Amino acid sequence: MVRRNVHIDLRVNGETQEASFAPYKTLLEVLREDLGLTGTKHGCELGECGACAVLVDGEPQLSCLVLAVECEGRSIETVEGMAKGAELHPLQAAFADLGAAQCGYCTPGILMTAKALLEREPSPTRDRIREAISGNLCRCTGYQQIYEAVEEAARRMKESA
Amino acid sequence: MKVIGKPRRRVDGWAKVTGRTRFADDIVLPRMLHMKLLRSPLPHAEIEAIDVSRAEKLAGVQLVLTGKDFPVTFGIMPVSQDEYPLASDRVRFVGDPVAAVIARDEQTCTEALDLIEVKYRPLKTIATPEEALATTEPRIHEYGPHGNIHRLQAHEFGDVEEALGSSDYVFEDVFFYEGNTHLAIEQQAAVAALEDAGGLVLYSSTQNPHYLHRELARVLQMPASRIRVVATPNGGGFGGRCDPANHEMVVAKAALALGRPVKICLSREEVFYVHRGRHPVLMKFRTGVTKDGRLTGIHLQTLLDGGAYGSHGAASTFYTGVLTPTTYELPRFKFEACRTFTNKPPCGPKRGHGTPQPRFGQEVQLDKIAEKLGLDPAEMRLRIAVKPNSLTANWLRIGSAGLAECIRQVVERSGWKEKFRKLPEGRGVGLACSAYMCGAGLPIYWNKMPHSGVQLLADRSGQVTALCGATEIGQGSDDVLAAMVAEVLGIGAEDVRVLTGDTGLTPVDLGSYSSRVTVMMGNAAIQAAEALKARIAEAASEQFQVAPNRLEFANGRVFLAADASKGMAFREAIELAEAKFGTLGSVGSYRPPDPPGRYKGAGAGPSPAYSYTACVVEVEVDRATGWIAVPKIWIAHDIGRVINPVLARGQVVGSVYMGLAEALMEEQVFRRLPPKLSNALVHKFPSLLEYKSPTSLDMPEVETVFVEDPDPNCPFGAKEVGQGPLLPVPPALANAIYDAVGVRIDELPITPDKVLRALEKKAKGEEPRVGPEHFPAVPYPEPVVVPPPWEGGDGNAVKGAGPKVKVPA
Repeated sequence: MVRRNVHIDLRVNGETQEASFAPYKTLLEVLREDLGLTGTKHGCELGECGACAVLVDGEPQLSCLVLAVECEGRSIETVEGMAKGAELHPLQAAFADLGAAQCGYCTPGILMTAKALLEREPSPTRDRIREAISGNLCRCTGYQQIYEAVEEAARRMKESA
Repeated sequence: MKVIGKPRRRVDGWAKVTGRTRFADDIVLPRMLHMKLLRSPLPHAEIEAIDVSRAEKLAGVQLVLTGKDFPVTFGIMPVSQDEYPLASDRVRFVGDPVAAVIARDEQTCTEALDLIEVKYRPLKTIATPEEALATTEPRIHEYGPHGNIHRLQAHEFGDVEEALGSSDYVFEDVFFYEGNTHLAIEQQAAVAALEDAGGLVLYSSTQNPHYLHRELARVLQMPASRIRVVATPNGGGFGGRCDPANHEMVVAKAALALGRPVKICLSREEVFYVHRGRHPVLMKFRTGVTKDGRLTGIHLQTLLDGGAYGSHGAASTFYTGVLTPTTYELPRFKFEACRTFTNKPPCGPKRGHGTPQPRFGQEVQLDKIAEKLGLDPAEMRLRIAVKPNSLTANWLRIGSAGLAECIRQVVERSGWKEKFRKLPEGRGVGLACSAYMCGAGLPIYWNKMPHSGVQLLADRSGQVTALCGATEIGQGSDDVLAAMVAEVLGIGAEDVRVLTGDTGLTPVDLGSYSSRVTVMMGNAAIQAAEALKARIAEAASEQFQVAPNRLEFANGRVFLAADASKGMAFREAIELAEAKFGTLGSVGSYRPPDPPGRYKGAGAGPSPAYSYTACVVEVEVDRATGWIAVPKIWIAHDIGRVINPVLARGQVVGSVYMGLAEALMEEQVFRRLPPKLSNALVHKFPSLLEYKSPTSLDMPEVETVFVEDPDPNCPFGAKEVGQGPLLPVPPALANAIYDAVGVRIDELPITPDKVLRALEKKAKGEEPRVGPEHFPAVPYPEPVVVPPPWEGGDGNAVKGAGPKVKVPA
């Protein structure tokens, strides 16, 4: 079988990068395998677990269900783009401080989902947080410390705003 | 204490929230190839022929391996090394691997798998333990007592029939706990490569690099000293990566054969087949009690569905009984267990390993007993809670035991007295308790060496590095290691670099299983840190002309205990020590105390300490739909001492989550395909979508309380927290449902259809119960008879040595 790569520009975490990859590749695969952004994880590659969530034009998307060729000209955000230099995003800091990351495997997907939530709703209720992350499975935490971390991050972001 | 007990960001927290933690599948090496496994589509068959010639010719394929490349078996337990990396003549479950393709990318591997032709001759499939007991031929394995029985055992501690005969009441109940799987979000991955001059390195998402190291040496027939296993941080463990796995063996062989790095990452479907999860267990409890609710004796029988291979099954079988006497005072105990082979993915250890099943049965039965005797179930349990510093009927030594305080805490916080049997119809509360071990007292293979070793390095930069073979699976073992060392040396946890789980660099630790790491690694770490501290103190004390024991180490300084203004920075003290002694380092190691029991079988159950938990679950049951909502759970855990409250609470809530998941929805179940499609026994839903697990919307609020009853065998008194808190959740839920709507669901998971069925039975005036109706006849052997400590024994058997178990070559 002859396979020809596609060649496109992808804007990831504010940087435009050229990427060349087989056209059937998902955004997840291109991020991890072609761009070296292994912070985005996978737990099923079937859209069931939420571990691969990234932001596409600010909206959480399951990168295992998105073809990378569809992402030309769109803004993609991954966990690698959250911290500003060495300074953690308030969500990252709160997740680390409050035990919201245990094994850390579902964490990038949940961080991205929570980031999109806080950008839309700076002070979400706990029920809204539960709803927002209900597509992200976590096997370690029982979710409680994740809610607390999102709430704490929202507080810290409001204080510093 | 400066570090222990204080809430802190875990030492590996930064890496986890920035996506920098390198899991196995994140590893990419130059010239790396990819591998995929061909798995059996049939549950039980002989392999008549495998033709790989077409696959080998596909462009991009580098190598195809089959069973003939792997003549040596492996297995985690020395008594059941019954697995081949690739099956050569027989497959035993849908998913058993038969061939491997190594190629330039995963896509090419997948295409090549389709080109492999395997000719199978189907054999009769054994689907259940009952079928296994009834089927002598074909045997799934040629070892085990007979037929399709893998393990049989029986122990009797005191005359239980006599105890039951003289009891005021005898309760007989049969329970069933369905199997379920770990469902770690990370799919297992492994990368193998050659290091200098032919040595092998394997990076893998394993919980037990040490046992994997041993099994690799066995299968590859290479000296272990030429193999290095690096346990990458696990994206969740829960017991699912305790067994050495086929893919790890095969990827290692491929890298050796090709001289290039090779990676495999399992698909989610494959993860369901690798399994090694919770055994389905059928249990029968016959329990004698006095009128005031004291236990007189328990006769427990268990029947395990082991799946297709031994895995940890020999241990799992013991664990369906041996911890039963650790929670309440129990004068006599008889325990008979049987593990069967079936043509399903092998069962193994999952969080709680073998004990959640009997714990469910016992705690639900206690609820029935309290009801019958007119006692409050909390009061009754308080009365019979096991006493600290005691021996159990089966010769386990209990140290600290904060169970009574745990019960008091959850009773108080949940408003138990105002709620139990008093909430409106449809709402209810249930209570249950449990105990769990803090590390297995014996290693998996018999030896007298340490279970955990820690090495410390310190140099003039002020840097302290801690090395240990323990594996970070998310539970926070790296943080525990740093905290222990930091506390002793008076520095911050963040000042300790930790390097763990690397058999090429770190001292042996047996692995992240049986809730052993905090206790065993912690004791080793304290010993190593004290040795290093002694050297530093000796050198620093010369500066002040005082005895070394007059110095204190705290806040990054070394100073006179009597006058804190006289002192120096920790780094300066290290300089003095390095000048005086040369390069600084220290080691510590730990081996659990010898257990008091000396009978055959006494090796399962002993532990340096036992943790205790009590739990109250509140439920709301919709009578029309059977739907069960859980608004809140209260849980109190006797942890001995909290090391980092942030992490400890996470372990408790995570355990509650997993216990609730098993109680309400999770099940690893199978169905037969229609005859026109082969009639094969297949996994009902090997996908994350259909294997139901709780989402954030299903998870109730959990109120966690720690009871700190330090145990003298434990580092700073700290006991386990990662597994014990799962155990009381399922029975507390079942008991709450009874309180809410008056029906007993004696099997897990408790799904709405079962609740509805029980409610219908209740409405018809039948026994309002759904659960197994009977316990089959199992050919248990004559028991090993051991008098309990209070009946004059010395821990030896007085009769019976137990069944002989033939070990495969």
